[in-house]
Amino acid sequence: MAEHHRATNYWAVWIWLAVLTILEVGVTFIPELSTLYKAILLIALAVGKALLVALYFMHLRFETRTLGAIVLTPFVICVFLVFMLMPDVGFEPRESPIRAEHVESDH
Amino acid sequence: MSEAVAMHEESYETPLTPESWGKLGMWVFLVGDAMSFGTLLAAYGAMRYSSGDWPIPADVLGVALSGFMTFLLICSSVTMVKGLEAAQKNDLDGFLRHIGLTILGGLIFLGLQAYEWTHFIQGGLGFAANPWGSPLFSTTFYVITGFHGMHVTGGVIYLACIWFKGRNGAYCGENASQVEIAGLYWHFVDLVWIMVFTFIYLL
Repeated sequence: MAEHHRATNYWAVWIWLAVLTILEVGVTFIPELSTLYKAILLIALAVGKALLVALYFMHLRFETRTLGAIVLTPFVICVFLVFMLMPDVGFEPRESPIRAEHVESDH
Repeated sequence: MSEAVAMHEESYETPLTPESWGKLGMWVFLVGDAMSFGTLLAAYGAMRYSSGDWPIPADVLGVALSGFMTFLLICSSVTMVKGLEAAQKNDLDGFLRHIGLTILGGLIFLGLQAYEWTHFIQGGLGFAANPWGSPLFSTTFYVITGFHGMHVTGGVIYLACIWFKGRNGAYCGENASQVEIAGLYWHFVDLVWIMVFTFIYLL
């Protein structure tokens, strides 16, 4: 497996990471882009960079598939966690009905 | 005798990382650590989207310095793999030079973070005080970047130990897996910063 490590051109990975970082910063300066598209683009670029680091710098590409599956587990769980939090987040107005009642009774 | 050695090696090697058990140990630690950061970022998202007065991060934090810090960590990752490559090729000078540069990159990163924090604190962004909106904005910022900064500090100390113990060639050639394990940690810290930069500074 050690032979494969030497085949990786680390400077090419470095250039890709730098270019993706510049693109990321560039995306934040496009005023016409809606928040949703901006978020999708930024997360896609970040995942791309993270994959480059994990696959080439951490040599995950040259490890066994089982190790890859183990490493993927926390990311799957974290995405699941985000969806589990969603029902509690952001879809309700900040002023709750109970508080509104209090305001009315004060008058 | 050689058969006995071969059997000994066979019975103690892991099929997941045939080079060393230490590598598997580091991977398992990093998987747990990824959960810690993942939970922090998920909590950040939940607080941010249930808040009505969350400021746009780029307006308060700026992206120039943090972008440069991202680039710095990417560069230090490259010097890390180059240092490992040199150790595997028995090139002691290259190993020490590249690991030294990696440590330097980490130190500059920490210096910039200290400068950034000082700048923000003097501007009124306290741990629980934020003149631009929700105080949770600054709390989550300091907790997450602070947790990452502690990882960088740990990485710098770890790599300094590798540099110091390996200065006579102890990690060159066959023993380079110790450098690879340290490198896994360092690249993970870089990977986490890529996520922190995206979610805390850019989004």
